[in-house]
Amino acid sequence: MVATTHSKQFESIELESGVVLSPVNVAYETYGTLNADKSNAILVTHAFSGDAHAAGVDAEGQKGWWDNQIGPGKGFDTDKYFVICSNVLGGCKGSTGPSSINPATGERYAMTFPVITIGDMVTLQKMLMDSFGITRLLSVAGGSMGGMQVLEWAVRFPEAVASAIPIASTARHSAQQIAFNEVARQAIMADPDWADGNYYDKKPPGRGLSVARMVGHITYMSDESMRQKFGRRQREENGIFEVESYLRYRGSQFVDRFDANSYLYITKAMDMFDLANGAQSLVPVLAKSRTRYLIISFTSDWLYPSYQSLEIVSALRRRNQDVAYIELTSNYGHDAFLVEVDEQTELIRGFLARTMKEVAKR
Amino acid sequence: MKGENGPLVHELFGRGDYGLISEIVEPGSCVLDLGCGEGELLAWLAEHKDVDARGVEISPAKLQKAIAKGVSAYQGDIETCLADYPDKAFDYVLLSQTLQEIRYPLQVMKDILRVSRRAIVAFPNFGHFSVRLAHLFNGRAPKTKLFPYDWYDSPNIHFLTVDDFEILAARQNWQVERRYFLSGTREVKSFPNLMAEVAVFVVSNR
Repeated sequence: MVATTHSKQFESIELESGVVLSPVNVAYETYGTLNADKSNAILVTHAFSGDAHAAGVDAEGQKGWWDNQIGPGKGFDTDKYFVICSNVLGGCKGSTGPSSINPATGERYAMTFPVITIGDMVTLQKMLMDSFGITRLLSVAGGSMGGMQVLEWAVRFPEAVASAIPIASTARHSAQQIAFNEVARQAIMADPDWADGNYYDKKPPGRGLSVARMVGHITYMSDESMRQKFGRRQREENGIFEVESYLRYRGSQFVDRFDANSYLYITKAMDMFDLANGAQSLVPVLAKSRTRYLIISFTSDWLYPSYQSLEIVSALRRRNQDVAYIELTSNYGHDAFLVEVDEQTELIRGFLARTMKEVAKR
Repeated sequence: MKGENGPLVHELFGRGDYGLISEIVEPGSCVLDLGCGEGELLAWLAEHKDVDARGVEISPAKLQKAIAKGVSAYQGDIETCLADYPDKAFDYVLLSQTLQEIRYPLQVMKDILRVSRRAIVAFPNFGHFSVRLAHLFNGRAPKTKLFPYDWYDSPNIHFLTVDDFEILAARQNWQVERRYFLSGTREVKSFPNLMAEVAVFVVSNR
């Protein structure tokens, strides 16, 4: 399955802050075929550092970030469903973000890019769905920050979402999650090469961005998975620990593929996200949704712990809404949602098949 | 002494109580199965009776199979999971062969009747003559076809009979709308406290 990233431009988008961004681009990929009544469309939403390339192999031979779950015969079976994935607003992989040129000035936006929210990301995705003529999605699915977009879809466009699959996610960040993001942001901004965000014609803040990514990777793993993967092994040539070497490699690799300003804007959007809009209880806001839910969390995920998923499950039960929930056993920490394939495939396949039947009844 | 005269009940997945439940539940109802296992009954009800099927299961392995069947189930403990639900959220809550395994059965029954219009409760009858005989002649904790476990390895922590349940229902002022008694897959029409292996009660609040 060779995947091509497409791009669509819209005249403008009004952001939650009231600012109008014009024009706005969205990069996306699609897999499978949209059926005649457009009832088999599934939107897949990516996590923090993901992009539109979710499945198949691109021109450089890179597999999509959820290729093990999207494709013929897989959980999101492209023989049955039409799957769409787009790069988020504020990103750096083809959708408009801080590294885009501001047409008003002819320069990169950098830190003049407006503040964006998870809700704004969803608005742009909705514009893309409308352009396809898709009025109701069979499902919206995604892990981590992708799961936040899933939840936002379900409450913002209740009639447009038949089912929702938020995985290893939350309705709002805890202090701990915000804290890790803040450490990452400070690492970037402390790098002199960041230069208040105006580094685009110069040396990018590689050291800061790399440290930010290293912190991220620690939070995506678990004590157990790090012990198994690295232990206390050291590399013979230079005596540094395997875990140090791994983090440095991941950090430096990230610098080549991600924009530091996008890092700042997107992590801030995650931290600001609160499905309940400041209210204590999730019950009233979720009462708006008309969606079937499949919620999945993982035992060793300490970054997005199961209690955050359970809070959503509990709020849905208060209104007797349709929700399936499972905490899968895994040692992989937060990474589990991309790694634990077989169990999730079985769950997603059964859930989507049932949803398809319910949709047909309507 | 097997109640040979009773009519045969329809079986579902090899179980008479499932067969009865599948006949009792009206099409289009909203049903919660407490201890839904791998979800076969709920999946059947969703498929054949257009039921809005929900389940609770404590075992992750079974739960995974239930969700894979398209059943909206979640991991939960029967004793605590009902607290979240609004009043009369369901048409039926099913408690199939589980009442004898839960710590506070009366509280769970009260919770069920709060969240549901009706409860369908099926349980093995400890008053069955085979259990009585096993206890009388062996002088040990009964181990029978109906109660196949050793005392130290049994999920059953309460040993109730048909009469026990009737007395509790009367005391609590529950309305027993229907009652069925099974021996194997035959219905027992007389002396249920002695002859029934499994009892199925449809209960509501008065």
